Amino acid sequence: MRKVYLDNASTTYVSSEVLAEMLPCFNTIYGNSSSLHGFGREASAIIDRARDRVAHAINAQKSNEIYFTSGGTEADNWAIKGIAHAYANKGKHIIVSSIEHHAVLDSCKQLEKEGFEVTYLPVDKNGLVNIADLLHAIKKTTTLISIMAVNNEIGTIQNIKAIAKTAHEYGIIFHTDAVQAIGAVKIDVQDMEIDAMSMSAHKIYGPKGAGALYLKNGVRIENLMAGGNQERAKRGGTTNVPAIAGFGKAIEIAVRDLSINQQKLKTVREYFITKVKERIPYIQVNGHPHQKINGTVNISFDMIEGESILMLLDLEGVAVSTASACTSNSLEPSHVLRAIGVPDELAQGSIRFSFGKNISKSDVDYTIDVLEKAVAKLRGISPITKAGRK
Amino acid sequence: MYSQQIIDRFKNPKNAGSLRGANGVGKVGNAACGDIMKMYLKISDEGIIEDAKFKTFGCCAAIASTDVACDLIKGKTIDEALKVTNKDVFNILGTMPAHKIHCSVLAEETIRDAIEDYYKRREKANKAK
Repeated sequence: MRKVYLDNASTTYVSSEVLAEMLPCFNTIYGNSSSLHGFGREASAIIDRARDRVAHAINAQKSNEIYFTSGGTEADNWAIKGIAHAYANKGKHIIVSSIEHHAVLDSCKQLEKEGFEVTYLPVDKNGLVNIADLLHAIKKTTTLISIMAVNNEIGTIQNIKAIAKTAHEYGIIFHTDAVQAIGAVKIDVQDMEIDAMSMSAHKIYGPKGAGALYLKNGVRIENLMAGGNQERAKRGGTTNVPAIAGFGKAIEIAVRDLSINQQKLKTVREYFITKVKERIPYIQVNGHPHQKINGTVNISFDMIEGESILMLLDLEGVAVSTASACTSNSLEPSHVLRAIGVPDELAQGSIRFSFGKNISKSDVDYTIDVLEKAVAKLRGISPITKAGRK
Repeated sequence: MYSQQIIDRFKNPKNAGSLRGANGVGKVGNAACGDIMKMYLKISDEGIIEDAKFKTFGCCAAIASTDVACDLIKGKTIDEALKVTNKDVFNILGTMPAHKIHCSVLAEETIRDAIEDYYKRREKANKAK
């Protein structure tokens, strides 16, 4: 059976270039990068190089502004809780969007239990935060604003620079979750005035278990992980050398190949949407019409439920996801689709197709064939009907 | 996550579709919550369920549960059908993720709703006579 992987926003495979970078770190350069001896120094050199690569990829002023973590979730947790705590004497109010990843939202909920106040900004029907809403939410006690660069479910790209500028006008720190943005849009932390930024390796053909927090020098943060002097005493825990080596290589390639990958994905996206619209009635493409990344397409199929679409596609070898993999065990419709005003009934029938850089036209055509059949089959047994439906 | 029985039922449901001449139709759930189950029954004058069909909006477990529920009541008397519970559905489908067990409960409720509809229709018909 043909296998088509269209869930690259959940995770990607590790590219061969990245894997080659990682392999020696398992059994050749295996020292603890904190050790003083030669084995340790060798490992430490690997980490330094990875740090330089990450810093270069996002145009950080200095490599020491990169702190490696276990991934995007840890970076988000650390940024939200660590910055909020570090500035708690100044104020206890933070602002995030309502469509953030749960790593941010759940961190906020923890802070609320501790007595912090959190404003969850609404977004418009395309998923964009409105600057006027942001201005309205800012208080004297606001210390942190966190808005994701690219949404993981619908791919909408926020106006990060404008949001960061707004934050700075009021002396507020700005953090962004850029997990879905790296490799999809150009990120320049200096130009975009980003103070803190979360990144992950496994969305960009790197390994799972590695990510980083960019933290501009001068921004204070309370530690999340106690227990060692790693990462300049900010993040305890033995450095995951193979994964970090892979992350460094992956981000270097992601930025190097950004425009060629995006050009290709744009063609794929447009072709896919056009064909699906031609062949399947009663659908809605969610997200911004043009201010969005090319790899992610979110479609609601009316009258049927998403998980059953996913399973029928899976039975034909096509892997997609409903909303996001992180919430697929929940019965609630996606919080992102709710925030952009998709009715619950329609949101229940939503599928995220996220294309990888190696997608072929024949894979796209196969997916459309399988999708058309799956939707027709499920609509055939659906108790919901629309007059004039095909 | 899903048992092979659920996958098989989901892929090739035996009882999907509507039923011409149905004299009891039940419907439970709502789309916002992710499940709507509709069941069509053809019940003989002697109170035997001659045929049962379903239409379901929902996940694999929801579709498989209603399909199994139809099988469980076909050929049975109304009283026997009312004794069918979600456990019977569950037993046929094998292991089900904990958050999907409500699908088997909804299937049980759909049977009851369809039978209730049958009684209502009969009462109405009797009054008309």
